[in-house]
Amino acid sequence: MSQIGELPARVRRSRSVDPRLVRLFGWLVLGALLRLMTVTTEGTSTDHLLVIDEAFKSPALIAWLVAAVAVWAVTELWRARRIGAAVTVHTAGVRKQWSTIADRDLSRKLSLLAVVAAAIVIPQFLSEFYQRVLVDQVAVFVLLAVGLNVVVGWAGLLDLGYIAFFAIGAYTCAYFTGSLPVTPPFVLNPFVILPIAVIVCLAAGLLLGAPTLRLRGDYLAIVTLGFHEIVVLFLVNKNNWTGGNQGVSKTVPHFSINLFGIHYQWTLASLPYWYLFIGMLAIVVFLFARLEHSKVGRSWTAIREDEVAAAANGVPTVRYKLMAFAIGASTSGLAGVLYASRLGYINPASFPIVLSISVLSYVIFGGMGAIVGVIVGASLLTFLPAVLQEQNLVRQEDIPMWVGAVLVVMMLFRPQGLIPSRRRRRELRLASEGIADADAMSEAPEGRQR
Amino acid sequence: MTSRPAADGPVPTPRHAAQAAPLLAVRELILRFGGLTSLDHVDLTVDRGVIQAVIGPNGAGKTSLFNCLTGVYTPQEGTIEFTSDGHTTPLVTGSGRRRRSRKPHAVNHVGVARTFQNIRLFAALSAFDNVKIAAETRYRTGPIGAMLRLPKARANDKSTDERTEELLGFVGLWDAADEQASSLSYGVQRRLEIARALATDPQLLLLDEPAAGTNPTEKRELEQLIRRINSERGVTVLLIEHDMRLVMAVAQRITVLNFGKVIAEGRPEEVQRDPAVVEAYLGSAEEPESGSAPEGTSGGTSGGTEEVHRDE
Repeated sequence: MSQIGELPARVRRSRSVDPRLVRLFGWLVLGALLRLMTVTTEGTSTDHLLVIDEAFKSPALIAWLVAAVAVWAVTELWRARRIGAAVTVHTAGVRKQWSTIADRDLSRKLSLLAVVAAAIVIPQFLSEFYQRVLVDQVAVFVLLAVGLNVVVGWAGLLDLGYIAFFAIGAYTCAYFTGSLPVTPPFVLNPFVILPIAVIVCLAAGLLLGAPTLRLRGDYLAIVTLGFHEIVVLFLVNKNNWTGGNQGVSKTVPHFSINLFGIHYQWTLASLPYWYLFIGMLAIVVFLFARLEHSKVGRSWTAIREDEVAAAANGVPTVRYKLMAFAIGASTSGLAGVLYASRLGYINPASFPIVLSISVLSYVIFGGMGAIVGVIVGASLLTFLPAVLQEQNLVRQEDIPMWVGAVLVVMMLFRPQGLIPSRRRRRELRLASEGIADADAMSEAPEGRQR
Repeated sequence: MTSRPAADGPVPTPRHAAQAAPLLAVRELILRFGGLTSLDHVDLTVDRGVIQAVIGPNGAGKTSLFNCLTGVYTPQEGTIEFTSDGHTTPLVTGSGRRRRSRKPHAVNHVGVARTFQNIRLFAALSAFDNVKIAAETRYRTGPIGAMLRLPKARANDKSTDERTEELLGFVGLWDAADEQASSLSYGVQRRLEIARALATDPQLLLLDEPAAGTNPTEKRELEQLIRRINSERGVTVLLIEHDMRLVMAVAQRITVLNFGKVIAEGRPEEVQRDPAVVEAYLGSAEEPESGSAPEGTSGGTSGGTEEVHRDE
């Protein structure tokens, strides 16, 4: 089959240039283009072409072109290796599967330990700027992404209103700490609010999900989008309750412990908050990892793979989708409480719809359905803008463009994400072979066989 | 006088029959898609413990019937009643706008499992997980139990593992437990789908063309498997099948559908002699005289059976 496929390519090759040279040319053009885009000087009213002048007359151009050649060489080597490997992979794959389970388990535990140790130690040596990025960006969004992964990655539901629950969690925190214009019946410590916010968001998730989860794919996405608008507009317009656009009327207090003789007060310092966040994250990840390999996780997979067959075999599909939705929502609420208390100030503008899209892109970038992948993906994509900003590598206003470019390149060359789950990888392969659907988002028409 | 009770002997039978109501009773079922009537006043009775077949030409409405039974379609008129442990459950309720089918998963929970005409396994999962997912639906482990790994959840997990192993062994797939479902051969996938359906512990198993696309050896194994499901596990089997040799070999009763109507019903040898059936399959009307006297033309009927087989 491969011979038939290669034949026309070979015929074409004899008449035109070597495709490797074409690819080299492509990389060189890309390098020159990148040089042009990274120039920091701007054109003036008298000399519009100053940018181009600056770009191509400086030695930096050489550096970019050399980098382009290097990338080309690496990709060519990779390509050659992959063609060779494709032949042997079919025979080797089977044997490898079961031989080293014990080894893998041990190495997994060791690497987990190493990651935890790194997460505890490394931030202490970072500058104040990076510590703040770790807490305000990385930690918050990793927690959000891990929660959204349950909805999108495991249950296969497209939720674009995810940040609405984040807002609900944050405002729940503001309410019970007495920071809103309305006075609560009792003022609580943020720690006590955590479970309350989880329950409130669980209820909100069920409320939104119950009537809408019968919808499929795109329709659900639109409904969740609308839900986000409703929540934000409520926060804006219900002035006397929420403070409207001005946000909270008093600062949301920080976390504090006053128990059994232990007194600790979190402050503006980033590091203590970082430990609080990773503590929460560890608990969530631990619970979710168990969930994935349980009856619930398997039922989600079944629904994602073939909803009709799952239902015919006794899986109550709507109930399981609702469960995923509610679990995701409550994780978002948990993150909301931490976020509100950490920043002290929130207003409706803290929860724009674009955050939902960002979190979704972190999940897809990291690898839908794989907790580790999602954590790595969210960390990288939230850390990258900060690095670009701090190191002054590109112009400030160009940062979103660079992050977007990373996403585009990633989806072109590695659609399964950075570290995809094994299941997800198999699903994508089956989809490319035309056997099954990769996404529950694009479901096959329901049981209309005759 | 002594002969009177004997003569009246049959009188108690209706009461006795009412006590042991048929496992599945379909009455006057009508299913329409727009102007097309897919099922037209279909009656079907499946008694406990039998192997029964539904046959008919393509487009006769066989799979539509299955879809009505399992809650995929809602028939416009008629009743479907499923009786187990002396308790009768209507699978369709209400009328007019409020007419509802019991949801597919709820149909499964009362004891009706099915397989699909075009195999619908969870392709990216292992054979083991395919069966396990179905077996787990019998337990009430929730997300909290799963997250905290409560003792009950662990015990349930262990017993589903055992049950899954037992079922894979039963259908002869023990070696393939860790294989990805999509990598299995067609015949094996069919058996895996049957194992998955059995995992929900059904009383009635609906098989939609289980022999389609299998080779003769696999057909013989399938024939044995269906018999064993019926005899060893006590599961009542209702199957749609085009392979007449298989149907005649396993089925105790046969219902014949054509254009959405039941045109014949009875024991295999009765059905294959039935002129209406022969006509439906051959598409050519026999002479009315020979059709009205089927017993007299025994040579013709066996020829007719052969034709029925070859036609499909």
